[in-house]
Formats: sequence, C-alpha cells, structure tokens
Amino acid sequence: MIIPKEPKVELSGISKSFPGVRALHKVGLRLYPGEVTALIGENGAGKSTLVKTMTGIYQPDEGEIRISGKPVVLSSPHAAFQAGITAIHQETVLFDELSVAENIFLGHAPRAAFGLIDWRGMNARARTLLAEIGAGHIAPDTKLKDLSIANKHLVAVARALSVNAEVVIMDEPTAALSYKEIQDLFDLIDFLKSQGKAILFISHKFDEIYRIADRYTVFRDGEMVGEGLLKDTSQQEIVRMMVGRSVDQVFPKKQVTPGDEVLKVVGYCHPTEFADIGFSLRAGEILGFYGLVGAGRSEVMQSLFGITKPSKGAVRIDGEVAVIRSPAQAVDKGIVYVPEDRGKQGAVTGLPIFQNVTLASLKKTSRHGFLRLAEEFKLAREYTERLDLRAASLDQNVGNLSGGNQQKVVIAKWLATKPRVIILDEPTKGIDIGSKAAVHEFMSELASQGLAVIMVSSELPEIMGMSDRIIVMREGRIVSEFENNAGLKPEMLVRAAAGIGEAA
Amino acid sequence: MSVQSTETRRIPDRLGTPLSAAVFSWPSLLLVVGLVLFVVNSLASPYFLSPWALSDATFNFTEKALIALAMALLIISGEIDLSVASIIALASTMMGLALQYGAGTSELVLIGIMSGLVCGAFNGFLVTGLGLPSIVVTIGTMSFFRGISYIVLGDQAFKGYPASFAYFGQGYVFWVFSFEFTLFVLFALLYYVLLHRTNFGRQVFAIGNNDVAARFSGIRVERVKFILFLLTGLMSGIAAVLLTSRLDSTRPSIAAGWELEAVTMVVLGGVSILGGAGTIQGVVLAALIMGLVTFGLGLLNVPGIVMSIFIGLLLIFVIALPIVFRKIRNRRR
Repeated sequence: MIIPKEPKVELSGISKSFPGVRALHKVGLRLYPGEVTALIGENGAGKSTLVKTMTGIYQPDEGEIRISGKPVVLSSPHAAFQAGITAIHQETVLFDELSVAENIFLGHAPRAAFGLIDWRGMNARARTLLAEIGAGHIAPDTKLKDLSIANKHLVAVARALSVNAEVVIMDEPTAALSYKEIQDLFDLIDFLKSQGKAILFISHKFDEIYRIADRYTVFRDGEMVGEGLLKDTSQQEIVRMMVGRSVDQVFPKKQVTPGDEVLKVVGYCHPTEFADIGFSLRAGEILGFYGLVGAGRSEVMQSLFGITKPSKGAVRIDGEVAVIRSPAQAVDKGIVYVPEDRGKQGAVTGLPIFQNVTLASLKKTSRHGFLRLAEEFKLAREYTERLDLRAASLDQNVGNLSGGNQQKVVIAKWLATKPRVIILDEPTKGIDIGSKAAVHEFMSELASQGLAVIMVSSELPEIMGMSDRIIVMREGRIVSEFENNAGLKPEMLVRAAAGIGEAA
Repeated sequence: MSVQSTETRRIPDRLGTPLSAAVFSWPSLLLVVGLVLFVVNSLASPYFLSPWALSDATFNFTEKALIALAMALLIISGEIDLSVASIIALASTMMGLALQYGAGTSELVLIGIMSGLVCGAFNGFLVTGLGLPSIVVTIGTMSFFRGISYIVLGDQAFKGYPASFAYFGQGYVFWVFSFEFTLFVLFALLYYVLLHRTNFGRQVFAIGNNDVAARFSGIRVERVKFILFLLTGLMSGIAAVLLTSRLDSTRPSIAAGWELEAVTMVVLGGVSILGGAGTIQGVVLAALIMGLVTFGLGLLNVPGIVMSIFIGLLLIFVIALPIVFRKIRNRRR
C-alpha cells in the first residue's frame, strides 16, 4: 500500500452560474503531480467552464481552489499563469505574427542591458526548451503562423515549461491532429508526467483516455458524478456515469404517425467534410442527428441548405430531384435551417424583431416589391406570440434579447415561410431552461402539424426525448441509425458516436 | 415547471411614436446645422438671399450628391466604391471619343451612361464574382479607369460638344430650377423609396448588418451587392454627362478627388461607415450643407483650400458632437 499522494491542485465546491444556466454546481477536481487526470463528460456538462475557472477567465460563484494545499484566487488569466497553471487548447492562445521564441517568453523574456530584450539568450533558451520536449526541429525564430497545429501545441508546452508550470490543462488537444502527431503528443505527455507535472486531459475519445490517463473525473449537467483510478473501472461504467441521469426532464414529444416521405438524400459526399450520407425523412417526423462535435453533422445540414456545395449525391424533395446551390433556392424548395451560431448566422442583431422575422418572407408581406409595414407587424406578431417571445416591442433590436429569445426570432423567421423541412442545429445550445422548453414544445407541435424536422443535437436527453429516429455520425459518415423506442439505451448512442465496441 | 399560459401575451409593435424617434434623429440634427448655416450665410453676405444666387450654388454639389445617393446604399451594405470619380473621367472620355466620330447629343448621353454601367459592372464582378474586398478593388479601378483617360487624352482635351448637349449641365427646367437640381430632387426621391420603402432596401440593411445571417436567411447577397455597384456606376455615368455638359470639355483630370467628397457626404449624412445604418434624408441634407458651406465661403472670397479645411472640420465636428454629448451625459450619471 503506497501512501496516498497530496493533490497538486484541488478544487472543491465550485459553482458557476450564468443568466438562466447553472453551468457548474459544487464540483470538485483533484490533479496529482506526475499523473494525468481525464475529464470526461458530454458537451455542455461543464468541462469548458471548469477549465475557464482554472485559468482565471471565469470567477467561480463559490468554492475553493487550492494549489499545493494553499488556497488561491485566480482573478485573471495572468494570475493563473503566475500560479503555475497553463492551458493548451485546440486553438491555443498564441500570437501568430510573433516568433516561436517570443511566444514562449512573452511577458518574461530574458533582459539585456537597458531593459532591452536579450534576443540571443532568448533564442538559445527557446532552443534548449524545445529540444527538451523533443521539438528540436522547430527553429526559435520561425513565425508561429508558419507552424502546424501540432507544432503550435509543442510551442505552448515549451511556454508552460519556461515558467515552470506545475499544472498543464489540455482541452481536446488531439482534435485537429493526425495519428502520428497524436502519438508524438502522448510521448510528450509521458515526458511531462516524468517531470512531475499534474495534467488535466480533456477528450471525447476513449481510446486516447485509456492510452494516456491514470485517473478520471466524470461531469454530468454541471455536477461531478464520479472519479477514481481508470484501472479500477470499465468503459461501460464511465459511459453509464456520463449518461445516467435523473428523470426530472420531461419532453413534450407528441406521438405522430409519419406521413409521406418528404426528403430523401442519397450518396451525399463532400471532398473533405463528409461522405456517403443517405437518409430519408417523412412528414411529421423528428429525425435526430447525434455525434461528437466535428462529426460533420452541421456540414451536411449546411450543404443541404445550399451554403456549401456537395461534390456528389442527390437530394429529392417529394420524390423530385432538387438542385440546391444557395440558401435562397433551399428556401424556395421549402428547406430551412436554424444555424448553431445564432449571433453570426441566425439573427441580424442590428435590425428590429419584426424585420428579422419577415426577412425571408418579404415577398409575402410586400406588394410589387414595396414594403407594407402593417403586414410585417402582423406576420411577426403571429409567429413570435406562438413561440411565446419575451420582448418589450416588436421594434426592439434583436441584439437586445436573450439568447433564447433570439433563437425564437430565428425560428419564427423560418416558420413564417411555411417550410416543408426545418433543420435545427443545436437548437437549445446555450439558452435558458424556459426558452428550451418553449422551443421543444413548439418543435413537437410543428411535427404534429406535418412539418418534417431534422434536429442536430449533442445533448443526449434532448435527442432521446424529442426524436422519432436517431442517426449517429462519426468522422463524416453515418455509423448507425436507431428507432427511438423503449429498447434504445443512451449508451448505444454514445458508443456509436465515440466508436467504442468495434475494435475493442 | 413549464406553465402553459392560456392567453398569449401581446407584444406592442413599437414603444413611442415614430415622430418622437424622428425628432432625435441624425437628419434632424443636420437640419438644425443646415438652418444655422443658412442664417449665418444670409447675415454674412447681402448677395446670399437671392433665388438666382442660391440656384447657382446648387451646381457645386448636385453632381457629387447624385453619386452620394448610390454610394449611401453601397456603404450601408458594407461595401464602398472609391472609383466613382475615375468612372466620370472614363465616361467623359468615351463621350469625347464618340464626339470625334460625330455622335449626336442622344448618343453622347447614352454612351456616358453606358460607360458608367460597364465600369460599375466591372467593379461588381470583381467584388461579388471573385470575392475581393471592395476597398482594394475600387482603389485599383480608380487608377485603372482614369489611367485609360490619360492614355487617350494625354495633356489634350475634348472640346466642341454640340449646343443641345449643353442643356444637361447648364439648362433650366423652370424658373431658377436647373436641370441638374431637378434631376437630383427626382433621384433623391427615387433612392429614398428604394432604400426605405422596398424589399430591396430592407435586404441592403440586412446585408450591411450581418451578411452571413442575410445569406443564411435566403437573401441573394452577391446579387444585391452587384446591383449596388451597377447603381453607383450608373450615377457616376449620369454625373459624367452633367459635368461634361457643364464644363463643355473633357480633361483626364476631370472630377479629381470627388470620390472623397461623395464619401464625406454619405458619412456626414449619418450613414455608418461600418455599414448597416443610414438614411437618404441624411445624405440629402449633408449634400445641401456642404453646398451651403462652399457657397457661403465663396461669397466671402475664401479660397478653395480653406474650404476643404472647413469641410474636413465640419465632418469631424458633426461626427464628434453626439459622441462627446453621450460621454458627458454618461459621466454625469
């Protein structure tokens, strides 16, 4: 029996709320020197919020952070950096236009006489650091923008070592890396372990977690639901922790007998994003698309909506081949898309609510191309009130609304066009619970009125609570399709999405 | 937890009346500035308050203002056209060339307008077809279009336009109302309706606010922007006809620097240089104000250089005024 080690970092009772959303509720996390702890959880479980709390970007509402047993307050990213915590993200915050050495030593560059930067010393030290982590191939005077993502990670690690960081957070570091680069990264993590660093590793991929991590901590809905040593547990057990949830969420799904086939997609391919996508959709049906972030679901939907062009494949609407090369054509054919990125792609935040709602229906509200404001207000009122929009007036700018109400405006815009197929991409991501319920309820009602609905979602309860059928995508391909009946277990979706149980 | 209310809540169309919004708007501020300038001018010079003097004054700005109308839409959509003055030069040169081959008045007008449209289509194609940034494209075509004029003309000038051609730049429709000014009033009304009363105008605002969301809403963003470049080209072509007629000659340096004056009018008129907001009323008032300033200072024998200093200061002042005002108000809270 070995003496239990003291954790390097210990978080306890950390809570963090945003307006309408409880992101973290009394969570704890322990990182031990010389060990890798994997943080596991669905999208929206609170992993990113926790990382931002540890790196000083967010301040927790309550709770305590201890480093080497001493309580600390990480009031800013700089304070976290000083405390020896450094994070490596998918998109690490480094400076593209600066050299590798400058990036490594930014803020603590070696000085020469008169306070000038000691360039020669800096480059030499950078070279040593890089060599130490097996990155001797990177020249210190290269501009960062000329490096691959894998090499940028290496620079970030070198930066962490340059300040003697004791804690290294890696938030999905492998997402954009090739197989070879991932192996190199793992070698590097092994090296950091041998140096006694405490490492937090966030990934959705179980094979990686089992390859590199010693411990695990599982988050679900902003709470910590389990932790321990990986060797003491099984994949099944962890998946169960991720998805097993209290049944306090009731979804307003109505049972609808599906009508005729509205949409059929055959052999849909894109040069880089997805391949061989085929499915059919019937009137009154809600078809869920589940998968990890980056599985290619949004790309397929945006292609159906005419944003990006597919390289091959056919789309049939009501049995007739439809050629869709622009969103305008998609709307004409009755396909509409509620994008995930509400602020950038969904709402025109600088325009009032009523103008947003009528934006895609101007042909209907106008006469001979001339606006009729009375008609616009009428149409906007009809749909916003059905969606229970909360706003001071219809003339209010959409930018002043909450995320949930902005989403209602975007949905109202599309419903006003009386579409055949509505595609909702993460329709309730980042919106408050009340708006979430309103969106779900309305979605169900639309389906019962014969609209064909596609819902892309990374939230298991939502996808299982709302869909009639569920398609799971992984790495740009459809890997399985499930009827949503009593026999469907959330574990089956998670396994399909993560690719567990094929090789293993 | 989801309580289903039986009655839907009623959201009002607007808070406050459109009138109250109009009183505190940018055009209202410009109107005040314009009236003050008018009074100051009439006190400063005894020659100012004569119908004919005022009519003469309009020739200073109508051609630029015609371009500013189309430029306003383009800037609201988030693009810009800095080649407008060079389009005038090229269109005027084309008319001059046609004159050498014996073109009559109607052919000259047609060629001037067509040249403007072709230049606008060229800009529009480079920006919307190839996806290049408009500021770079039109700085390029600014040199390119005028460069053609210089190649054709060198240090020469085309002269001897037909007598009937002079009407467009020098003629009067009724009493003191010149053809140019009447045309400007007509186009101002047309552009007002186009921007503020049609689907097209609404789409221009949507694109200027967020062109991605506009595209995701089924708006044909490229087509709208192409049309806006065509319109700017068209107005430049019309301005070329008027200016050539008024000067009765074509030199390659014709209308030099007008692109900045047109942009100044648009910005002074309250159009956001970042796109997405602005009114035609504002642009028309800004054109009148710039005309008043130029004319008033001219009556006082102030040289042209000083005038441009004054216009520049006016621009900074009018833009700074509401920002400074807001800052003072915030500090008091």
